[in-house]
Amino acid sequence: MSVQNVGGRETDGTDGTGGHGVAGQRGEARPANGPGQAQGGQSGAYLAHFRVWRGDADGGGLEDFRVEVHEGEVVLDIIHRLQATQASDLAVRWNCKAGKCGSCSAEINGRPRLMCMTRMSVFDRTETVTVTPMRAFPVVRDLVTDVSFNYAKAREVPAFVPPAELGPGEYRMQQEDVNRSQEFRKCIECFLCQNTCHVVRDHEENKAAFAGPRFLMRIAELDMHPLDAAPEAGLDRKGTAQDEHGLGYCNITKCCTEVCPENIKITDNALIPLKERVADRKYDPLVWLGNKIRRRGQ
Amino acid sequence: MRLRGRAPLALHRPPTGSTHRKYPPRRPTLATGTEPSSQAGASGVHAASRAAIPARHLRTDRWWLAPACTAAGLLAFVVYSTWRAFANADYYHAPYVSPFYSPCLAQNCQTMHGGPNWEIFGPWWGLSPALLILIFPLGFRLTCYYYRKAYYRGFWASPPACAVAEPHKKYTGETRFPLILQNIHRYFFYFAVLVACVLTFDTVLAFRDEHHRWGHMGLGTLVFLANIVLIWAYTLSCHSCRHIVGGRLRHFSKHPVRYRLWGWVGKLNERHMLLAWCSLFSVGFADLYVYLLATGAFADPRFF
Repeated sequence: MSVQNVGGRETDGTDGTGGHGVAGQRGEARPANGPGQAQGGQSGAYLAHFRVWRGDADGGGLEDFRVEVHEGEVVLDIIHRLQATQASDLAVRWNCKAGKCGSCSAEINGRPRLMCMTRMSVFDRTETVTVTPMRAFPVVRDLVTDVSFNYAKAREVPAFVPPAELGPGEYRMQQEDVNRSQEFRKCIECFLCQNTCHVVRDHEENKAAFAGPRFLMRIAELDMHPLDAAPEAGLDRKGTAQDEHGLGYCNITKCCTEVCPENIKITDNALIPLKERVADRKYDPLVWLGNKIRRRGQ
Repeated sequence: MRLRGRAPLALHRPPTGSTHRKYPPRRPTLATGTEPSSQAGASGVHAASRAAIPARHLRTDRWWLAPACTAAGLLAFVVYSTWRAFANADYYHAPYVSPFYSPCLAQNCQTMHGGPNWEIFGPWWGLSPALLILIFPLGFRLTCYYYRKAYYRGFWASPPACAVAEPHKKYTGETRFPLILQNIHRYFFYFAVLVACVLTFDTVLAFRDEHHRWGHMGLGTLVFLANIVLIWAYTLSCHSCRHIVGGRLRHFSKHPVRYRLWGWVGKLNERHMLLAWCSLFSVGFADLYVYLLATGAFADPRFF
C-alpha cells in the first residue's frame, strides 16, 4: 500500500457537522445495497467487506460490514458511509479530510495510517479491509483513542528559549540554518509514529521514561534552532534528551519514519543526529576535551 | 493535533436509527467471537486499557519477508566471513590481496610483494591475521545505524516489523550495557577510514601483473575498483560521518565549506542501506575472487 496525495479529490459534503468532532448521522441519503450488489449506474462502484473494531475500554471486537465503495474514495469516506447507513453510533475522530489535521489516525489492515489518506484503490476489491483504533493508546470508543499521553510528553519538553539580546521582530536567521528544523515543522501531530514505536506500543511501562519519536524530534528541532538560547539559560537539551526523555530507548528501527504521512525522515534527520549530539556530550572524550580546550560553542 | 479548539468527542450524542445500542455500558454482540480479551496483567497491545484485539498484529502483507531476507543475507555473510577469517590460507595471489587480510599485521602473514605487510604482532600470534584487522570493519558495521536496524529487526525481533508486536517481555533499548556501547560508532568510523585507505592502496597495487610490474590490469582489478568505490561510499555515507563533517553545527551559514560537505554526505546517507548491502557483497566477492585465484580454481583474465 502506498500513501498517495489525494489533493483535488472532491469531498462528498456529507458531514453536516461543520467538520469537527464525530461525524454526524445525517450522512448520505443513498441507501446501502444488498449484499453482493454494486450500485447500478455508478462507475466503478462495488461492495467492499469491512471489519471495524467496535467497543470501548470494557471490551469489544471486530464487526463485519458490507459497504458500498465508489471510485476515488478513501477509507474515511467508507467509515462515514457506515455511520450514515449501518452504524450510526460508530465513533471516529476526524477533521480536515485532507491529511493535514492529523485526527483520523487508525490502523488499516494492521498498518498505522491516516484514514483520509488511504485510498480504497490500493486494496483489492475482494480484500477484507480491517480498521482498528491505534493500539498503543487507551481506547475511548470504537476508532477513538485517548492520546493524552502525547500531550503530557509535549509539556515535558522545554519550550524555545528566546535570546536575551533580541526583541520581538529582531530575529534574523539564514535559510540554510533553519532548513533542518523546517522539515520537522511539517509534523501534523497525527501520533502515528508514537503509536507504531515499539518502545511504548509493546511496553506500557516505558511510557513514563520515553517521550517517543515525535517529541524527541521536537528536542532535535530546538537543539538545531539557530536562535534557541537554551545553553545560555543553562538548559542542556542534549543531555536531557538522553537522561529525561529516554532517547536511549530508541533502537532506530525506523518504524516512525515508515508510517509518517508527511514523509519526515524522523530517524535519519532527527533521532540519529540527536543520538550523535548526545554522544558528543556524554560518550565522546575527544569532543569533551576539544570543547574544554577551545571553549567554543556551536 | 493542531486543531486545538476542536469540539469534544460527541460520544453521548442522542441516538438515531434502529441500529443504536445503549451506551454506556456497551457490550456489543461480536461477529468474530472476540469478546473482551484483555489478558490480566498483559502488557503492550494486550494491555487492559487498549482496544481488545487478541491478534499480535493484523497486517495482511508479507511483513516477515524483509526481516527474513535481511537475517538470511547477514547470516550468509557471517558464515562465509568466519570461515575465511579463520582459514588463514589462500588470501594472496599476486597482485591481489584479500580485503579480509589487509593490512596483514602479524609475522605469520604471507609475504606480499610491496603489499600491506606490517609485522606489528610477533611470532607469538598463532591465529589467523585476519582476526586482528577484521575487528575494525566488524565493529563499524555492528554499530552502524543501518545494521542496527537490520539485526534488531531480523535477529532480535525488536520489533520484527512495524506494528507487529515483539515477543520480549521487557525492553530497555540502548540505555544500558552492552547496547549503550553503540554510542562509540564514531570511533569505529575513524578506524574504518584508515582501513579504507589501506584497501585503496591494495587497489592501486592491483594495477600490477603477477610479476609486480606496473601498468597492467585484469578482471580482478575491476573487482577491486568496484569494491573500493563501494567501501568508500558506504564509509562516507555513515551517520557519524555526516554528524562530524557538519551535522553537529548549529549555524551552517557560518561554515559554508562544512555545510557543502554535509550536503554531499547527506545525499550519500540517503542510500546508506543500499551502500551497506552493496559494499558487504563486494567485499565478500573480492575475497572470494582472491580465494578462487589462490586455489587455482580460476585464472585471472588479463586485459593488458
